[in-house]
Amino acid sequence: MSQLSSRQIWVTLLKRDLRIAARRRSDALNPLLFLLMVVTLFPLGIGPGPDILARIAPGIIWVAALLASLLGLERLFRDDFQDGTLEQLCLLPQPLAFTVTAKIAVHWLLSGLPLVILSPVLALLLSLPLQGWWALALTLLLGTPALSALGAIGAALTLQVQRGSSLVSLILIPLFIPLLIFATAAVENASMGLAVHGQLAILAAISVLTVTLAPLAVAAGIRMSVN
Amino acid sequence: MAFDSFTDFVAMGGYGLYVWLSFFLSFVVLAGVALETLLAKRQLAKKSKQLQQRQERLARRKASRAEVGDGNESKT
Amino acid sequence: MWRWLHPYAKPEATYHLLQKLLPWFVALTLVTLVTGVIWGLAFAPGDYQQGDSYRIIFLHVPSAIFSMGAYMGMAIMGAVALIWQIKTAEWSIPAIAPVGAALTVVALLTGAIWGKPMWGTWWVWDARLTSELILLFLYVGVMALYFAFDDARTGAKAAAILSLVGVINLPIIHFSVEWWNTLHQGATITKFEQPSIATSMLIPLLICLAGFAFLTVSLVMMRLKNEILRHELHRPWAQQRLEQD
Repeated sequence: MSQLSSRQIWVTLLKRDLRIAARRRSDALNPLLFLLMVVTLFPLGIGPGPDILARIAPGIIWVAALLASLLGLERLFRDDFQDGTLEQLCLLPQPLAFTVTAKIAVHWLLSGLPLVILSPVLALLLSLPLQGWWALALTLLLGTPALSALGAIGAALTLQVQRGSSLVSLILIPLFIPLLIFATAAVENASMGLAVHGQLAILAAISVLTVTLAPLAVAAGIRMSVN
Repeated sequence: MAFDSFTDFVAMGGYGLYVWLSFFLSFVVLAGVALETLLAKRQLAKKSKQLQQRQERLARRKASRAEVGDGNESKT
Repeated sequence: MWRWLHPYAKPEATYHLLQKLLPWFVALTLVTLVTGVIWGLAFAPGDYQQGDSYRIIFLHVPSAIFSMGAYMGMAIMGAVALIWQIKTAEWSIPAIAPVGAALTVVALLTGAIWGKPMWGTWWVWDARLTSELILLFLYVGVMALYFAFDDARTGAKAAAILSLVGVINLPIIHFSVEWWNTLHQGATITKFEQPSIATSMLIPLLICLAGFAFLTVSLVMMRLKNEILRHELHRPWAQQRLEQD
């Protein structure tokens, strides 16, 4: 039997999860539709005035992105946990932290990336000035990997808890706050034509730190839940 | 003393409500934690007593069954 | 170097140590806290700008500092519990969390109440208060996670991981909230950002700081004693202890 390299295992896991997600398209689609509907609620609740909407658009879109990302966490580990696949992943010779990044990548591909692609539509709905559109997409591109990574921590820690979705949100929301602050500040500045390099740099730094360290916590959480 | 009279002390230069409210609420919260801890200890004492009584009962039952004779294996 | 700590991995040994130390810490708490509070309330001079409302500082600053200190302590015990699998370290997490959360609530209440005479409203989103609010959410998250598990050991492990994640995030959160605040409100000069505080006010503040330190430690010790008893209830030494007290 040929030995699979770490990279091959990683890719296999990625492809497998994507294939599973393709079979249950609604699982991936629902959070995005939720996002769209939440964004629609705000003009309905606040009034259609473009100035107000433009002012709060970055905040609304990013908060909605956080909430939508929380929705997608259920399918991250639970199915594999229940049928024993997760235990098998723990037993691989590769470090669990490394294996877990494949699952985080899948979550990002299915919820973060579509968000980046969808962002111009959201910007349009909330009258965000055109100058801010690229910044919105960029902050989402930089920030959503961190959202997926942090989300994975929450999902891993609550595997043994039934109906743990509200608990996961409770745990994760404080951790999302720095990303929210810098992302919205960047988009606001861009809308006004000001420089955004500082905010984007810090956002990228937070994201890189999170994506690098989170898998360790996720692996610890999974091992704890599986035992 | 920073105040001329007790009335001045209570009034706190007009800010009496805020100062005394802060001190009162802080005391309540922290005393609350201390009280909860003491109550929990009392509950643990009760539980320990119950556990001890149960252990004694089981020991007595075991001893009496041994007395009656090993041939009679009756389920209680 | 840490060999003298090894015996304390045994819960009974830790319990006896705590029992010996607790009276001293309670005494120190009472002495320092009463001295500091009375000094601060009655003997420290009034503030030039804020009059006597500034006296809330003697509660607000110590509680804020130790709300963060308690979280760090919890995270350190969490690390100890995860690395060395020491049960007493695991049990210290539910011991510390409520104390830290209470200190955070005190910091929030005193900060908000102080805000009314200072800024005119009962709540402002200033950097320190917002940071404390987020810290409260972090504490609530740790406690909620711990109690969500039927098995206390797994719950403690989960809470330990979460508090470690939280402690790494704390400086990031603090920094980003400070930055966010200057962005939206302009620089707010609070009493603590002034370079120096008068010695006549600093000394009672330091005494209150010591008082809160002893208070935090005393409360945690009391709670840890309970946790040890709770998990060792089936052992004769625990049952004896509970009978005697």
